[in-house]
Amino acid sequence: MAIVVVERKKLSFWERTYLPQIAGGLWITLKNLFRKKVTLEYPEQRPALPARYRGAPTLVKDPDGREKCVSCQLCEFVCPPKAIRVSPGAIAEGSPYSHIEKAPAKFEINMARCIFCGLCQEACPESAIVLQKEFSVNGFDRKSFIRGKADLYEKGGVLPDNVMKWRKASLNAEKSKGGR
Amino acid sequence: MSDLVNINIDGKPCAVPAGLNVIEAAKLAGVEIPHFCYHPNLQVAGSCRLCLVSIGTPARDRATGEPVLNPDGTQKIAFMPMLAISCGTKVSEGMHVVTNSPQVKAAREGVLEFLLLNHPLDCPICDKAGECKLQEYSENFGRGRSRYVEEKNAKPKKVPVAGGRIMLDAERCVLCSRCIRFCREIIGRDIFGFIRRGSKNEISVYGDDGGDSNYIMNVVDGCPVGALTEAAFRFKMRPWFMRVVNCVAPESSAGVNTNVWVRENTIYRITPRANPFVNDSWTSDSSRYEYKIVNSDLRLRRMRVDGAPCEPGYALSRAVDVLKSDPRIAVVASARQPLEEQFLLAEFASMAGAKVYAVSHLGEDDGFLVSADRTPNMRGLFVSGLIKEYPKPDLSDLAAEIRMGNIKTVLCLCEDATSLGLEEKDFKLANFVYCGVNDSLTARLAKVALAISSNFEHAGLFINRQFRLQKFDKAVCAPKGVLDFSAIAVKFINAFGASLAENPDIGQLRMRISEMCPILPKGCETGEGGVVIDSSAFASIKFPETKSLHFLDNE
Repeated sequence: MAIVVVERKKLSFWERTYLPQIAGGLWITLKNLFRKKVTLEYPEQRPALPARYRGAPTLVKDPDGREKCVSCQLCEFVCPPKAIRVSPGAIAEGSPYSHIEKAPAKFEINMARCIFCGLCQEACPESAIVLQKEFSVNGFDRKSFIRGKADLYEKGGVLPDNVMKWRKASLNAEKSKGGR
Repeated sequence: MSDLVNINIDGKPCAVPAGLNVIEAAKLAGVEIPHFCYHPNLQVAGSCRLCLVSIGTPARDRATGEPVLNPDGTQKIAFMPMLAISCGTKVSEGMHVVTNSPQVKAAREGVLEFLLLNHPLDCPICDKAGECKLQEYSENFGRGRSRYVEEKNAKPKKVPVAGGRIMLDAERCVLCSRCIRFCREIIGRDIFGFIRRGSKNEISVYGDDGGDSNYIMNVVDGCPVGALTEAAFRFKMRPWFMRVVNCVAPESSAGVNTNVWVRENTIYRITPRANPFVNDSWTSDSSRYEYKIVNSDLRLRRMRVDGAPCEPGYALSRAVDVLKSDPRIAVVASARQPLEEQFLLAEFASMAGAKVYAVSHLGEDDGFLVSADRTPNMRGLFVSGLIKEYPKPDLSDLAAEIRMGNIKTVLCLCEDATSLGLEEKDFKLANFVYCGVNDSLTARLAKVALAISSNFEHAGLFINRQFRLQKFDKAVCAPKGVLDFSAIAVKFINAFGASLAENPDIGQLRMRISEMCPILPKGCETGEGGVVIDSSAFASIKFPETKSLHFLDNE
């Protein structure tokens, strides 16, 4: 790359004293003293978060209380910092959801690794992982940042679902058992 | 097959071997034709209709047989008015194939739309997702959305077949009939079949579900969709997480080529790797679970001296002391070790002046891919010069020599000598150094027991029953404290006066043995499917294998 020498503007006498600039700066400061505050007293005051805020990812249940995750491991695959770890397992035969066949035996999110990118939520075919509003994750050691399945469901709550596709699948399965 | 015919695929001229069908010819030309029912090792069924392409041949005048020319003087191509299946059409001279015309695309979209009508679309819970042909083709050739508004058909799901080793999900089936044809043509009896008709058509088993067959799991690999999945691999790991390592099954001297699927130093499954000279696309069910040795409880995990666990360095120095203590030394070689290690053992035996014994492990030859010799590398023992005659199934000769006092030190590789004719008292008459993967009574009685890596934990070469040299790669790392036998052997050889490089590189080892043994190719380069080496020097040896797939075929 060629070096381009930029010519400096010659400063006038007043500019060299810097006094007009200092006065102008002080005027801005004075104006802001009488304006509304933009900062928060953070731990006591909490920010109002926008509706689509991307905080800590959690697992959610459907209105029936069924865990929505089927452990397809797409979130684990898409996760850029490899924060998610899923160990798939089968749903036991006697369960009312045994027609879904698959659920996570273990689901761990390492919050020390999570970068809150939301790709897991985007990749999930079951809308089972949702980024919530929690933005401050603290702990005293690295282990405490690893959230297990129970913890994630507790933080996640219930996600409204208009489709309930697995309920339909179970009706279909019942029908096939009856008179095919 | 050596004759070439000139064909034209999507406007690109190419020469392909005569007798190929259009799918294979297009593959050679780099054009993918989607297909479900066609399988290179099974009869053509032509039932899925996904491989429809537009095919034309040079036009000839019906009366005179003269070629018909276009107005510009080029050969006129007479395309068939309807599409033809490329799996059931053989290439011919001057054939034109069009795989990207709007008509072909519409046909593929139509076929895929029909297949997806009653498909449950449960890819998130389907084990095949990621390696499913229906998924790939729907993505690449499908129309992207469904127009079907009626209720989908329900078919049986989660049906255990083949004695519970396979899970059948009839809803996911695309009715390609590969499983039916595999059982009929390869296993030799009907196991799967279609029942019902029309949109209720489904795959099923009745009575004999193939539970006793040692080859039934091949239908899982053959199944292009998730209708047949392996029960042992059910919900274990997604294919896209795993690394595929090219290996050779250590089950028998058939030398079946396998893919070992690994994630983070854990083996999840073994599937066959196609090799048209050895195993086509198949492997035995028993060879699929041999990786269990890697994490087995039977494994020797720590080095031992006089029965007490110790550090590898100390055990190695003690082993050298034992081996040098008496010149009346014997070596028990193993046909389960790769060729490189057998050559090192042969070198050690000649430097130490040791007598060499070996053991044959025989079983029943199933006439397919499990041969009578249940060791992967018996030919290697001959090629490396360790033995000259086919070994006995036990070590009675060695036991007799020990009892006569002619042998005072034994280096025993992998073989459990106590189950092969040696008794506990023999271990008092001679000092044993045992190198093995498995813990055994021999390991406990031996003066020094050295833990060595299994065949999944190092790369190597096997020579199969066809005298085909095949290489396999390292799938996983050995557990801590377990050494490669090649590293141990170099220490032993150096202790007897040689100066080999410690921890030898596999490439150097292969170059070295190919220089020592002229029948091996230079650097033991085997290529993809392995190379058959000159076996004329071993023609007089009576091997136990009998005629089977690609073995003694021509005799």
